[in-house]
Amino acid sequence: MNLPAVIAIYKFEMARWGRTLLQSLVSPVISTALYFVVFGAAIGSRISEIEGVSYGTFIVPGLIMLMLLTQSVANASFGIYFPRFTGTIYELLSAPISYFEIVIGYVGAAATKSIVLGLIILATAFLFVPIHIAHPFWMIAFLVLTAITFSLLGFIIGIWADGFEKLQLVPLLIITPLTFLGGTFYSISVLPPFWQGVTLFNPVVYLVSGFRWSFFEVADVSPAISLAMIGLFLAICLMVVAWIFKTGYRLKS
Amino acid sequence: MQPIIAVSNLTKTYASGFQALKGIDLEIHKGEIFALLGPNGAGKTTLISIICGIVRPSSGTVTIDGHDIITDYRAARSLVGLVPQELTADMFETVLATVSLSRGLWGKWDDPAYIEKVLRDLSLWERRDSKLMTLSGGMKRRVLIAKALSHEPSILFLDEPTAGVDVELRKDMWENIRSLRDSGVTIILTTHYIHEAEDMADRIGVINKGELILVEDKRELMHKLGKKQLTLQLHHSLDALPPALAGHHLTLANGGSELVYTYDTQGSRTGITGLLTDLAAAGIRFKDLDTTQSSLEDIFVDLVRRDR
Repeated sequence: MNLPAVIAIYKFEMARWGRTLLQSLVSPVISTALYFVVFGAAIGSRISEIEGVSYGTFIVPGLIMLMLLTQSVANASFGIYFPRFTGTIYELLSAPISYFEIVIGYVGAAATKSIVLGLIILATAFLFVPIHIAHPFWMIAFLVLTAITFSLLGFIIGIWADGFEKLQLVPLLIITPLTFLGGTFYSISVLPPFWQGVTLFNPVVYLVSGFRWSFFEVADVSPAISLAMIGLFLAICLMVVAWIFKTGYRLKS
Repeated sequence: MQPIIAVSNLTKTYASGFQALKGIDLEIHKGEIFALLGPNGAGKTTLISIICGIVRPSSGTVTIDGHDIITDYRAARSLVGLVPQELTADMFETVLATVSLSRGLWGKWDDPAYIEKVLRDLSLWERRDSKLMTLSGGMKRRVLIAKALSHEPSILFLDEPTAGVDVELRKDMWENIRSLRDSGVTIILTTHYIHEAEDMADRIGVINKGELILVEDKRELMHKLGKKQLTLQLHHSLDALPPALAGHHLTLANGGSELVYTYDTQGSRTGITGLLTDLAAAGIRFKDLDTTQSSLEDIFVDLVRRDR
């Protein structure tokens, strides 16, 4: 294993994050704080408890998941797209480094960034609402697995995109709508039966549900199914990444 | 002696159908400076890119110090540094950060003292904390060289290293490259400044339309294909060559005021003495003379033209 290479990529990506701390960290935290003010305090005060949890507290896992998904995708896609855009990708391709090591470096850094961000948002939430985490281990497990999975998805998007516009396309048109419709701000049990069935095709439902269960032991679907769905999505992303490197798709002519 | 790079029957056809390389066979010897010359689109960059792992070959094999570039890519690539033709740069990164990244990518742990030496040798140390976007083209080119040297390669590819670089910087660069060669690094370069190849290279390869049309020791090449010419400026212009001089390879130039004698540099005799004797006998007098020898550039242009 070329450990110095993995560490070099990881450090390089983390250093880039450090330089854009305002954009990378402060901006999502402010957005989340605004969600708490609007949905938690203003609207939430008029909504009764959901399955024994006050509305302001209920939305915390969903909000963390919303940021986790969007930031994992954004960080990882930009991380690999930028060397392609500037042409410095030649160095990655000519270095004695395996594809697996490249993925560990980039995805590891992107996942770290979004996990740190998720924990900061959780800490911010403590300032607004009372929170009790029923299963801290599973909370961390869901957080880490989701961050890795969506960083892999971001990596795939970063390889696929051939312009900055496309880089924004998937997060904007797919990830954000799926997250909003995936039970971030509500329990899917409040939907009519037909739409409940439709919602089950949204993978984000399983992520939010599992993550929410780790907080309140309240879930739309069984936590075991949530975990299995994350595992399935992770496996699919890994297979796509393996295919990209095997074929050299958008990397090697 | 086992070559440090062995290319065998290498071909490359791009998805568009363009055949960039047509069965290249090439051996690079350890410690030499090998200049790969060719017109634009001849296949130089494709060949280098395949050897370095950036482009996939269609067929054929490449080994670096005995390691296959595909099946044993780690060992093969760890020996190679590449300075690409394009001025690619992480615009928002500092010189030190980007050079340190390169060292890590090649599996080497941080060595601040070595990185400092590389940056000092390339006059970049004072700019180590500057972002690459603030550097001039020449400085960026030096950063690319520093990146390639950061991991102590034993083979260095320089694809048009002096393109867009001013004269003074170019001289410094070649000094650096010479000292690298002296330290045992094998250097493969492409350049459009053929006089630089003439100055620097031990061997020359000429590639055209994806085929390697010549690989030769530089001195041998100059000796074999180089021509020498003696130009005599006459007192009185001639309308035609006198029959008495028909045995010599003479041409009239400049409206008959100059006689140009072309002779073989490999021949045991130049024939100049006989020519001068015959000129005196024919009553042709000259007021001045000079000799010229074809440069590598002349030879290169001639070779490529012949291959059209």
